[in-house]
Amino acid sequence: MPQIRALRRVASLLTTPLAPEDFIRLVNPLASTRQLRGIVTKVTRETADSTTIAFRPGKGWNAHAAGQWARIGVEINGVRQWRSYSLSAAAGHDPAITVTAIGFVSTALARDTKVGDVLFLDTPQGDFVLPVHPRPLLMLTAGSGLTPVMSMIRTLVPRRQDADVVLIHSARSPEEALFHDELLELADQFPGLTVRHWYTRAGGAKAGTDAFNREPRRLNLTDTTDLESMCPDWRDRAAYACGPAEFLDAASELWERDGDDAGHANLTIERFAAVLLPGTGGEGGIVTFEKSDKEVEVDGDVPLLDAGEDCGVVMPSGCRMGICRSCLIPLVAGKVRDLRTGEVHGEEGELIQTCVNAAAGPVHLDI
Amino acid sequence: MPTLVHKSAPSPTPVPSPAGTSATQPGQPTPQNEPGGIRPRKPILAATGAPALRPAAARHLSDEQVAQLGVELDTLRDAIIATRGAKDAAYIRRVIRAQRTLEIAGRATLMLSKKKTALVAGTAMLSVAKILENMEIGHNVLHGQWDWMRDPDIHSTTWEWDFVTPAAAWKHTHNDLHHTWTNVLGKDKDVGYTTLRMAEDQPWKPHNILNPVINAVLAPFFEWGIAIYDLELEAVKDGEKSKADLKRDLKSVGRKVVRQATKDYIATPAAASVFGSGKQALIGTFTANAIRNVWAHSVIFCGHFPDGADVFTEAEIEGETRGDWYIRQMLGSANISGSKTMHLMTGNLSHQIEHHCFPDLPSNRYAEVAVHMRDICDRYGLPYTTGPIHRQVGQAWAKVFRLALPPKKSRTSPTTPESAPTTGRSPLPMVASGL
Ligand SMILES: Cc1cc2nc3c(=O)[nH]c(=O)nc-3n(C[C@H](O)[C@H](O)[C@H](O)COP(=O)(O)OP(=O)(O)OC[C@H]3O[C@@H](n4cnc5c(N)ncnc54)[C@H](O)[C@@H]3O)c2cc1C
Ligand code: FES
Repeated sequence: MPQIRALRRVASLLTTPLAPEDFIRLVNPLASTRQLRGIVTKVTRETADSTTIAFRPGKGWNAHAAGQWARIGVEINGVRQWRSYSLSAAAGHDPAITVTAIGFVSTALARDTKVGDVLFLDTPQGDFVLPVHPRPLLMLTAGSGLTPVMSMIRTLVPRRQDADVVLIHSARSPEEALFHDELLELADQFPGLTVRHWYTRAGGAKAGTDAFNREPRRLNLTDTTDLESMCPDWRDRAAYACGPAEFLDAASELWERDGDDAGHANLTIERFAAVLLPGTGGEGGIVTFEKSDKEVEVDGDVPLLDAGEDCGVVMPSGCRMGICRSCLIPLVAGKVRDLRTGEVHGEEGELIQTCVNAAAGPVHLDI
Repeated sequence: MPTLVHKSAPSPTPVPSPAGTSATQPGQPTPQNEPGGIRPRKPILAATGAPALRPAAARHLSDEQVAQLGVELDTLRDAIIATRGAKDAAYIRRVIRAQRTLEIAGRATLMLSKKKTALVAGTAMLSVAKILENMEIGHNVLHGQWDWMRDPDIHSTTWEWDFVTPAAAWKHTHNDLHHTWTNVLGKDKDVGYTTLRMAEDQPWKPHNILNPVINAVLAPFFEWGIAIYDLELEAVKDGEKSKADLKRDLKSVGRKVVRQATKDYIATPAAASVFGSGKQALIGTFTANAIRNVWAHSVIFCGHFPDGADVFTEAEIEGETRGDWYIRQMLGSANISGSKTMHLMTGNLSHQIEHHCFPDLPSNRYAEVAVHMRDICDRYGLPYTTGPIHRQVGQAWAKVFRLALPPKKSRTSPTTPESAPTTGRSPLPMVASGL
């Protein structure tokens, strides 16, 4: 719309050094040139610890593909905090996230968010998405790892007659299982979806519930027995897994070990947390954020991202676990330690993943 | 007398965090806002000892007492940082909202200002908006007082203000130079802004006779004075700043001047001319800028030039400890007493002493700091200079007139004998040599 752009240019003559949006924000909380925002439209309590937050994003948001995630910023006690959350709504719908309270940000989001609150956003990203061509699928999820898969199921199952999805979801109990009733209804209504709930707590796994297992225990992924019992044709399905680190590690190993025969379909996984090598920290050092004119002294196991945020630098970030590379900052001088491997590295000008690297001696960053 | 605990002198960095806390919870600030393993850096100062010469007003203090005072002020700062939070964030957002609303209202009224009452009302609203924008918002945001919120819309690295000097240039001369070298003759070029003679110890030059004239012209055009000052022409002449840097700064100032002038003197009047009040809008906007300039000039001159605000020699900062650094900020600054509105309109520079000790604490907390600061000054026998605005402005102007004349032999100021250190003076070539 060239007219609007021209009008904006004229308006900015009157508002400089601010942008017209800075004044429009007096009446429209989503207006901004600097920071994409969304307004919370609905808050739904899913389980005792989980809450779905639906929001209407402002201009600049891209529609998400099922399974993608977005960076969500929220202000907690006056300070902007960023974390990543999978979008649980079906593709083509207004976005929503489903947050499980396990720590600082997630607890604030799950407990304190109200309709009308403003969330800060980044556009959806991620490759944990449905295959381009239709094929039989196996979804293997545990706990809050169901969230991106739920978006896939909601997108695929009601719309495609030829859908063939088996979902194996592990939770403590039916009360703590995310989207429990909706999944059972979808499975009832659409033959393309089979749901297998696996409960790990007594009370969940017993006759009379929808539990697949009769005695409460963890899903055993060290051999194929549990898997075979729930989904005999699992080898023919493109598999997706999302859940806690040990769960995903076990699944990857199983697929690797069992993956010798040629017809074996792939496993795609989505991690929510970084895999750090324990005890990789070294001596640390003084970190200088040059453009921001800030300096802090940090221990050798503190990610540079946390160090920058702590002294008020507006650090770019995404997954905070070394996969998305949104957090890259050029190194001006010094050495850093990769907290995943313990390796010390650092060339002048090298782009550093600040979320998984810590100072190894004095470090100067170009931000 | 100060209440004093004899302790070994504190190290300049705070106590290292206990080993156990170093497994950090990413991004999870403790109530102190300093997660284990991350410690703010303090300026590099001597850990112990004393400057070559302690300023006269603090000469009665022992090294241990000065160290103790440093610890007390560090503790005061930490206490404010630990309680920074949602209320403070809401405060700055409220001020920004109010300022923007007032600015729109002012400019809109000027568009319809054929009537005299509208002209007066519009000019008044725009003046107040511009004052708030520069002082309580711009100055303080550019100090990084609100950086802890990590809001890119209210951050020292992204903020630009409604003032001709670009934010980046001002941050250099003000934050880096003036706040580090506060009132050190020869180092802090804010003393007289290179053109005025504002300290007894600056050598008198014949052009200083024009002191009052220069100051009277500077006041309504203060923003232009600052823009020229921020170019650091002196430093270029002395070879401390390269010609290339000057060229870069001239370019950015040029761009800012064009944008500012277009807004205030072309776009606003042009929009108003649609309603037949173009000329009035031009007059109103010019007047608002002049009012803001005179006000900013007055408040800023109250910060370091009233009686009781000392200047220092380089000998007095050599070997400065953290405690001595605080003492210099306290002795070199003067407050303005008054109502809450007065504090707001001065951008809380009415708490100049508190601001100079803690330039990056949120301005809305200075009033609270001031209560403790007075108490500390009392206990350590240090002066705490403050007074109502008319008196502080009067004293600053009296100094402008007094120092226009060459010094009489062996002259000391009758009211503040401590303001003129008697020994260890250094020649001050750069301060008063004029533009
Ligand atoms: C791509 C991606 C998608 C994500 N999608 C979702 C989502 O849809 N829903 C959701 O709730 N979260 C999701 N997360 C996780 C989310 O980003 C946060 O990491 C999570 O909410 C914890 O943040 P916090 O601030 O509450 O915890 P913090 O206060 O930062 O601390 C959490 C601490 O607990 C540990 N921890 C991490 N996970 C667990 C766990 N499951 N149980 C116990 N302790 C744990 C961490 O190591 C850390 O030390 C996703 C993460 C990524 C990278
Ligand atoms: S934040 Fe994703 S790689 Fe660092």
